[in-house]
Amino acid sequence: MARKATKRVAAAPVLELHGVSKRYGRALVLDKIDLSLAEHEVVCLIGASGSGKSTLLRCADLLEPIDGGSITLDGRTVSADDRDADATRRQLGIVFQGFSLFPHLTALENVALAPRVALGLTAAAAEKRARALLKQLGLAAKANAYPDSLSGGQQQRVAIARALATEPKVLLLDEITSALDPVLVADVLEALRALAKGGMTMLIATHEMAFAADVADRICYLEGGRIVEAGSPEKIFGAPRDPRTRAFLKRVRSVGASALR
Amino acid sequence: MTAARSARKGTLVAVISTLVVATLLAISIGSSPSWPLVQKAFFDGTYFSTSLPNVIGAFAINIQLFVLAEILILPIGLLVALARSITSPALAPLRIFATIYTDFFRGVPSILLIYVLGFGVPALRLPGVPSEPFFWALVTLVLIYSAYVSEVYRAGIESIHPSQERAARALGLTRFQALRYVVLPQALRRVVPPLLNDFIGLQKDTALVSILGVVEAFKQAQILKSANFNFTPLMVTALIFLVITIPMTRLVDRLAAKDRATQQGGTR
Repeated sequence: MARKATKRVAAAPVLELHGVSKRYGRALVLDKIDLSLAEHEVVCLIGASGSGKSTLLRCADLLEPIDGGSITLDGRTVSADDRDADATRRQLGIVFQGFSLFPHLTALENVALAPRVALGLTAAAAEKRARALLKQLGLAAKANAYPDSLSGGQQQRVAIARALATEPKVLLLDEITSALDPVLVADVLEALRALAKGGMTMLIATHEMAFAADVADRICYLEGGRIVEAGSPEKIFGAPRDPRTRAFLKRVRSVGASALR
Repeated sequence: MTAARSARKGTLVAVISTLVVATLLAISIGSSPSWPLVQKAFFDGTYFSTSLPNVIGAFAINIQLFVLAEILILPIGLLVALARSITSPALAPLRIFATIYTDFFRGVPSILLIYVLGFGVPALRLPGVPSEPFFWALVTLVLIYSAYVSEVYRAGIESIHPSQERAARALGLTRFQALRYVVLPQALRRVVPPLLNDFIGLQKDTALVSILGVVEAFKQAQILKSANFNFTPLMVTALIFLVITIPMTRLVDRLAAKDRATQQGGTR
């Protein structure tokens, strides 16, 4: 908890969304989202399925073009300039719900690919970095295993290591535990806690409310493509002001988070 | 009874019943009154042994044709497939050209194309353009089969889930890098069986270039047939083609079966 108190002081925004809107056809999926992540900050996005969490993360990673507003990384506008999108994506890491590991590559090769190909490191340097990351995530013994021989939790940790391999400024995580067996969730969440302790700036879409309360500096509740309410975990979970937030949390507590997926 | 013993017994039964049926068939065909005529026209021992070295010698041309063609088709087919999957509007002409190319060369009879290119183009006597029939036979086969093979490649590329490319792009790889390191390695693995299937077709189609006067195995057999009024050399040619194509067909079957097994067993 001491970590949270000290880091708010050095609050240089790393990633900022200014009035970001996104449409799929006629549906407005994101409606003028304003969101700012300070260095070392951990922000959790909560909300029902279809509230726009995943779209927000994909837009922030420039994987989807936005229809309005702008995105800045370290104060530089990145959303308008498609030409530098690849360079920008190297500075952002994203982990998907469905892992999306490369099945033809070993765990080590999955992690080493981007450093070697996208960053231009030598094969030896990329491999060294990949080994260190796998070790950090407790997968040193699985370096030469192919994804289909790994458990879901191990695959997801390889995916996290892969996203960290370009040394991103921000890590974006899209409901990364919702495809996992409950028994495997703990390992992955533990890995994220360790990253948060290490000062990683993270934007996390999650259905794990207890985890969000524990790890987040700030919680944003999304509904209908808007951030309805944002604040500290104590405030959002303890004394939510907006009736929609209260209704959502009441529903979560009565049916359990899994039913919301 | 163990499973191994029961399997061995099954094999034995299959062998015996096949032998019995084959023997009965051979006896009934051999004892039919017209068999000596058929045997003399198609399966004459003397013509067989005299024509075999000639036909094998000419088959070297077929081998040269399909080996050279396959070496050229593999990269050309891939380039056409990539041109067809271009999404950039500025490069639309390339995509349209590739589409017209594959539609045309897959849609027109091979023998017609060989005839037109092999006789028509050399007849123009354009300076610097070769007129050897072998050259035009090779060009035509490469053009036809690159069109088929490009479709095989394209199906392979499209069978890779879009989330793979998205994951690669998310890591900061460019479109080309994502294709080169993530999509193509997976796609190429999947297209090996259908690719070999197309190559079996190509190997048989090398006989079509005989219409240009290239003395390959089929043409050589025709010449021998006309000289002796006996079809045995053509049977020899058929046999030589089968020696090449049957093992390849079996290989394709085995690879395809292996593919199915791994796809059912996991995601690899």
